[in-house]
Amino acid sequence: MHKNLKLAFFLFLIGSLVTIGLIYFFSAQIAVLSPAGMIGEKQRSLLMISVYVMLLVVVPVFILTFFIAWKYRASNQKAKYSPEWDQNHTAEIIWWGIPLIIIVVLGILTWKGCHDLDPFKPIASDRKPLKIQVVALQWKWLFIYPEQNIATVNFFEFPKETPVEFEVTADAPMNSFWIPRLGGQVYAMAGMRSKLSLIANGEGSYYGSSANISGEGFAGMKFTAQSTTQEGFDQWVSSIQQSSSVLTLDAYNELVEPSSYVPPQFFKLGSPGLFDDIIMKYMMPMKGMHSRGNRS
Amino acid sequence: MTAHPKKYPDPHHDVASNTIFGFWVYLMTDCVLFGALFATYAVLHNSTYGGPTAHELFNLPFSLAESLILLVSSFTCGMALVNAPNKPLRRILLWLGATFLLGAVFMGMELSEFRRLISEGNTWESNAFLSSYFTLIGTHGLHIIAGLMMLVVFAIQMVRRGLNPFILRRLTCLKMYWNFLYLIWIFTFTIVYLIGAK
Amino acid sequence: MSGLAAIQTSDIFGRLTWDAFKHDAIEASVGVGTLLLMVFLIVFLTYKKRWHWLWNEWLTSLDHKKIGIMYLIVSGSMLFKGIVDAAMMRAQQILSVGDSFGYLSAPHYQQIFTAHGTTMVFFVAMGFIAGIFNIIVPLQIGARDVAFPFLNSLSFWLFTVGVGLLMVSLMIGNFSGTGWVGYPPLSGLKYSPDVGVDYWIWSLQISGVGTLLTGINFFVTIFKMRCPGMTLMKMPMFIWAVLNTLVLIAFSFPILTATLGMLSLDRMLGMHFFTSDFGGNPMMYVNLIWAWGHPEVYILVLPAFGIFSEVVATFSSKRLFGYVSMVWAIAAITFLSFIVWLHHFFTMGAGPKVNAFFGIMTMVIAIPTGVKIFNWLFTMYRGRVQFTTPILWFLGFVIIFTIGGMDGVLMAVAPVDFQVHNSLFLIAHFHSVAIGGVLFGFFAGYTYWFPKIFGFKLDEKLGEYAFFCWFFGVLAAFIPLYVLGLMGATRRLDHYDASTGWFPLFAIAAFGVLLVLVGIGFQVHQLLYSIKHRRKNRDITGDPWNGRTLEWSTLSPPPFYNFAVIPQADARDAFWEMKKEGWKGRGDEPYEEIHMPKNSPLGVFIGGLSMALGFALVWHIFWLAALSLLAILACIIVRLSEEHTEYTLSASEMKRIEKEIEKRHHT
Repeated sequence: MHKNLKLAFFLFLIGSLVTIGLIYFFSAQIAVLSPAGMIGEKQRSLLMISVYVMLLVVVPVFILTFFIAWKYRASNQKAKYSPEWDQNHTAEIIWWGIPLIIIVVLGILTWKGCHDLDPFKPIASDRKPLKIQVVALQWKWLFIYPEQNIATVNFFEFPKETPVEFEVTADAPMNSFWIPRLGGQVYAMAGMRSKLSLIANGEGSYYGSSANISGEGFAGMKFTAQSTTQEGFDQWVSSIQQSSSVLTLDAYNELVEPSSYVPPQFFKLGSPGLFDDIIMKYMMPMKGMHSRGNRS
Repeated sequence: MTAHPKKYPDPHHDVASNTIFGFWVYLMTDCVLFGALFATYAVLHNSTYGGPTAHELFNLPFSLAESLILLVSSFTCGMALVNAPNKPLRRILLWLGATFLLGAVFMGMELSEFRRLISEGNTWESNAFLSSYFTLIGTHGLHIIAGLMMLVVFAIQMVRRGLNPFILRRLTCLKMYWNFLYLIWIFTFTIVYLIGAK
Repeated sequence: MSGLAAIQTSDIFGRLTWDAFKHDAIEASVGVGTLLLMVFLIVFLTYKKRWHWLWNEWLTSLDHKKIGIMYLIVSGSMLFKGIVDAAMMRAQQILSVGDSFGYLSAPHYQQIFTAHGTTMVFFVAMGFIAGIFNIIVPLQIGARDVAFPFLNSLSFWLFTVGVGLLMVSLMIGNFSGTGWVGYPPLSGLKYSPDVGVDYWIWSLQISGVGTLLTGINFFVTIFKMRCPGMTLMKMPMFIWAVLNTLVLIAFSFPILTATLGMLSLDRMLGMHFFTSDFGGNPMMYVNLIWAWGHPEVYILVLPAFGIFSEVVATFSSKRLFGYVSMVWAIAAITFLSFIVWLHHFFTMGAGPKVNAFFGIMTMVIAIPTGVKIFNWLFTMYRGRVQFTTPILWFLGFVIIFTIGGMDGVLMAVAPVDFQVHNSLFLIAHFHSVAIGGVLFGFFAGYTYWFPKIFGFKLDEKLGEYAFFCWFFGVLAAFIPLYVLGLMGATRRLDHYDASTGWFPLFAIAAFGVLLVLVGIGFQVHQLLYSIKHRRKNRDITGDPWNGRTLEWSTLSPPPFYNFAVIPQADARDAFWEMKKEGWKGRGDEPYEEIHMPKNSPLGVFIGGLSMALGFALVWHIFWLAALSLLAILACIIVRLSEEHTEYTLSASEMKRIEKEIEKRHHT
């Protein structure tokens, strides 16, 4: 028994060290640990500080566990045995008190972090923010650029170092709009208008998905967010503005029909108030818009 | 063993107080159930999707009359059990009968309200406000119906077996239940009709 | 437009058609397998002529110990099913990469993870809890039975009906694919018009009534039926844990009833509580379901904490450290668990102040939880710790639960949660605390109390092997998931691109599940082996571990009336004190006449009728639903009209039984 325990202990110790080492070594491939934008960076800082603060308690607890279990094993007759000893006020004060202090610290971090990283709070910058309206459909994402009059499906481009202000809704069950390399997610709900602000430090191609199950084709709701230079972005926008596909109301209603793993599509925006119309559809009945929804 | 005298009554002879305590606990859980329905009503009571509001739909004097009838029925239920072991069976049955009658009238009035609303096209399918109204009032109504049924069952048991401790225990539970339903109604009346009808 | 009118109904069969019986190969094989198992059981029972025995000794019994064993059997079977679900999911996720879409269709995969979560939370965990409460609570408080024995039987049958409806959904129709908490609008009529969500709703509603009744029953039992001398502050710590759990059940389950009720009204009567339009508010559902859901997870873990308090003290041969502090800590956890629910949906946009409040409250729960861990460690400190299987499970719990708890506090920092919500990081968190806390606690309790329940010990060596497989299996299965979540892997995906680089981690996770399956193999082997060698491992004295609490003062297994003479408990660790004062056996105080409850078939009947009611509501067979409901009412009235629900056991009869048991034990 004791041999097995010793073996298990060393296996656990080595396994932990190897795991931590691997995570550190591969952290560039771990999106949340290697963010590409300010929001994600702030969230990572919060994560790391919180982890270190908690390790202050957790590591001693682990060490204490192994030490106590081993030293006071029944076969160790040399260890002191006090079967009736069951109270110590100092100990109680320490282990109610120190975790309390740690939680106060984390609480302050949380309070400040929640305000600083409120998804509804716009990012301060000299650059004019880019507005993108996001609509979760079954089972793809529609991106509307109200100021550029274009719309895309499952792909969107934006200039680097420029705040992007997303307004998010759904014409589908509850979804969640998430680009892990840039920052945290926000729910996409029919009839509601969520907000999120993100920014990319440089150029790159970022994976995005829906983080809330919305039906059969949910796994196909992946999209790509591409950050480029300002010139690259302007070129991309004008090439779409010259394309022949228009997102009319009819085209939109077709888009609403369930489909999944949809390759990127690009449109000129047919009606400028499309996003607001989609939200209003759930507030009261609207002519011409279809409220569609089906599992298959 | 210690020298303490051991006088522990067989737990099965303490059943009356266990049952009543257990029934209290059940009533508290029922309170939480209604609480969830009240919370939902509070959130949804303005969601009429363009349809008529509470103010336009509800008839305050009518609901007040319903409340008074239910109040009197609580009183008659209490009267049935005052000094019950020493009362003639017939008197208890009379008070219980009055309770049943008043409760039935309350239900009748509630159903007629429902019928009026439905006939005017305001059903539980119309919008979220009406869904939560019908469910809140309806759940209370179902509780009342269950109470009326139990009242009949216990009355029959009383007639057949006389007034024994089991029946008294059950009638006590029924009285608690009936008063509880009146308490829930007070909240309902205030939140739904009084505030809504303003 | 009425949801009802849109569906074509025939009068006799509702919306049930032959299509409901059509399934793909995998579903069909599971259904056929289950049917074959049932047929085998029926044939076996007929061949051995055991139907009367089964009916009289078990199904209609109101003996809390037998009801408890039945709960454990159902719960254990469902654990097996739930793990098979998990294995199927892991297999899909290593096969469904890039161009391949695995062996499960997306809807099937979604039903599997929904069934997995529903099964594990409602039928494995809640079933085990009800089972262990039933067997141990009356024994630990020195009582002969629970406060309401008939309600106890009824609770068990309602619970089993929930299991039954889930199993039927495998064969007739399909189960829900919306996840184990079933958010609308996805679970509403518009997006899930088929029977799956309805099966889920009624399965939970019916077993939820059983749970609530259990909560009320044991609450009254603990308050009113403790033996003389056992004040609240002298109760075993396990009983305190149970009491707090019951408070959580009483205050949270009615919310579940109301919420599922409203969802079913949306689906059956076309109401608009949680629809996206007509004024409905899906966010209300999210709030309500988690107002129940968070207390629910504490309902699952507090009994495990209670079990550890018993196990650590007993196997350290030392008093539990800091009893008063432990009582306050568990009460604090109970209270706090009602004001943290929003942390399940920080990303729904409640705003920074609300998010911060709930985040901070969530972190505060870590304080009393940590206090408990320290108290357990200091119970071992200056004790004599025997590394029995239960202590191994405890040590595994400290490691894995603490890891899970730590990242729970991490996610309570709302902006961090924005990046990990609904990702595999979340899945790893709750599996760490659920398996490391709840399941390891159950395994510890199962091994610890097995001799008391069945009269012989489980084999230690095999238990040790099972533990090591589980411990390393769980770590291998879930540490990769933490990393996957941080890499951006969302939960509930039935397919992903190879370019994500997730595959190697899914492979390690699959290996972890295999290791866990080996661990279960050891546990099954342990059970069969121990049964085979039970004479060698017999518990003759009733006190195989030198226990501290009253259940160890009875024989193993205890006679149906538990205590011939109700004990007097004058201190904490009552039995330990009794032994110190020279207790030598079950005394020769005069026996008194006692009353025991008679068996009753009405629990079984109401259960069966509830099953018919649930099935009828799922398939809109309204005449059957109405009939079942009336029949249930009739059964209730019959029970209320029964005059002779108890029988008397005379003092001389008890003395005779006691003598007979003593004789049998010493041969």
